[in-house]
Amino acid sequence: MSRILPIAFNTYREAVRDRVLYNLIVFALLIVGSALLFGQISISIERIVLINMGLTSISIFGIVISIFIGIGLVWKEIERRTLYTVLAHPVRRWEFIFGKYLGLVGTLTFNAVLMAIGFFAALVYLSHAFSRPDLYILVALYFILLQFLIMTAVALLYSTYSSPLLSSIFAFSTFVIGTFSEDLHNFAAGAHGLAKWMMTGVAYIIPNFSSLNVISQVAHGAPVAGALVLHNSVYAITYSLVLLLCAAAVFENRNFK
Amino acid sequence: MTPRTRTTAILLVSASIIAIASFSSLLRVTQLRAGATLTEVLFIPSPKAVKRMSLGYTGLLADIYWTRAVQYFGAHHVAKAAEYDLLGPLLDITVTLDPKLEPAYKFGAVFLAQKPPAGAGRPDLAVNLVQRGIKEFPDDWHLYFHLGFIEYMERHDYIAAAEAFERGAKVPGAHPWLPVLAANMRQHGGDRATARFLWQNIYETNPDQLIRNNALEHLAALRYDEQMERVIDRVQTATKQLGHTPASWGEMISAGFLRGVPLDAKGRPLLLMPDGRVQYSHPDDFPFVQLGLPKNRRTDIVRVQ
Repeated sequence: MSRILPIAFNTYREAVRDRVLYNLIVFALLIVGSALLFGQISISIERIVLINMGLTSISIFGIVISIFIGIGLVWKEIERRTLYTVLAHPVRRWEFIFGKYLGLVGTLTFNAVLMAIGFFAALVYLSHAFSRPDLYILVALYFILLQFLIMTAVALLYSTYSSPLLSSIFAFSTFVIGTFSEDLHNFAAGAHGLAKWMMTGVAYIIPNFSSLNVISQVAHGAPVAGALVLHNSVYAITYSLVLLLCAAAVFENRNFK
Repeated sequence: MTPRTRTTAILLVSASIIAIASFSSLLRVTQLRAGATLTEVLFIPSPKAVKRMSLGYTGLLADIYWTRAVQYFGAHHVAKAAEYDLLGPLLDITVTLDPKLEPAYKFGAVFLAQKPPAGAGRPDLAVNLVQRGIKEFPDDWHLYFHLGFIEYMERHDYIAAAEAFERGAKVPGAHPWLPVLAANMRQHGGDRATARFLWQNIYETNPDQLIRNNALEHLAALRYDEQMERVIDRVQTATKQLGHTPASWGEMISAGFLRGVPLDAKGRPLLLMPDGRVQYSHPDDFPFVQLGLPKNRRTDIVRVQ
């Protein structure tokens, strides 16, 4: 752990220095702010619009950051040849991968917290007070962080063996397919024979982002079941761990000579 | 002033001048393309396709579609449009994306139900929409009230209206007047007092100003209809007693049937037509009235007794 944390901290510091990151956060905060105006041109949905727009912005911008920074995590180190300096120290390759991952997850969490503060400020401005259903918004935010855990691991896995361009295409495609995972489960339930097995297999292999999206539910003040919180947490952590181990295995066998 | 500062100042001044030119061009473009943002096109008409393309962010997309429906309705309402072709599909996509978006059922049904130019004139779609809402919110008596209201006001199906009010009356916490309305529907079927109660209720309970104003216009129309009915009764009495249709208000006044020329609510004289009908000189100033309209505009309006 003593070797992973410095790598994580440096990754965090490097990401925070990236100006693109600031632009994205500012843009996300602007969108949250504009939700207040957007609600005014509709009827009776000011609060719903604010929650939907705020949480969707936090989620989409986090996913975009995780993809665009995640795909360059390993590739940049190879391009700049800084990787050789790092690996010349007593650092194992898997430790480097885990450190990079933790660094980016930390950055994303920090960004999400910043955006969430802006979002809650807008919510207080609109509602003038917090109510019990607002607690469910915290659950939705927690699920968004779980999405980031998975998406960062996906981007990191691709970045260990592919170019940034291809990695970004693969990572984005994985996210899009992952949002259809519940549909795939439904298709599989309606299919027969080999197609059923194949569809079920695909539905379980791809990351399930649809069950991690409860934005619409909390926007209407509906509660989120405790069991869903538990199982989603276990799923996101174990799935990310599997991807990280795969990324470490690929990275371990890469020849940098 | 250093060369660098001078260059910076020149650049900023140039940028400001060009920005003014850019904004004026945009202003002109906006004027030329007035209303172009509310295109009469639904690029993806399938609610299922829109849902798939939302990548799971259905809530936000539903809000966008609902806002688009509101804007579409508002623009057409202001323009006194005769057709609201996209309103139904927009509301369908909205509630498919977010079945829990309650305002879309309540307000959307009002938008759909009323006759043009006040609404889309599609009470059939309005009834479908409210019934979908009732499936999602079976414990909300307002939706049953809306359903009964549409059945009564727009479809003139008093039995269906009574059934809707009766179902709503069974919901815990329902408005105590719902059973009364149901009884009224069953017994009298469409009296003006019931209509007044329904619009008054909408005016008092609805938070939206557009709908409240609409309810006020309906309440005013009921009042105008009462006044017009009194004038029509006088003309009919005069026709019966004189043995012919009075040729002018003057003839009626001299025969003692009227004290003066009857005026509309805006202070303009009403017109006595050669066939004995009474009508407004400016009927467009009296939305929703059912009496006093020109001949060709009376056919599709049911007279409330």
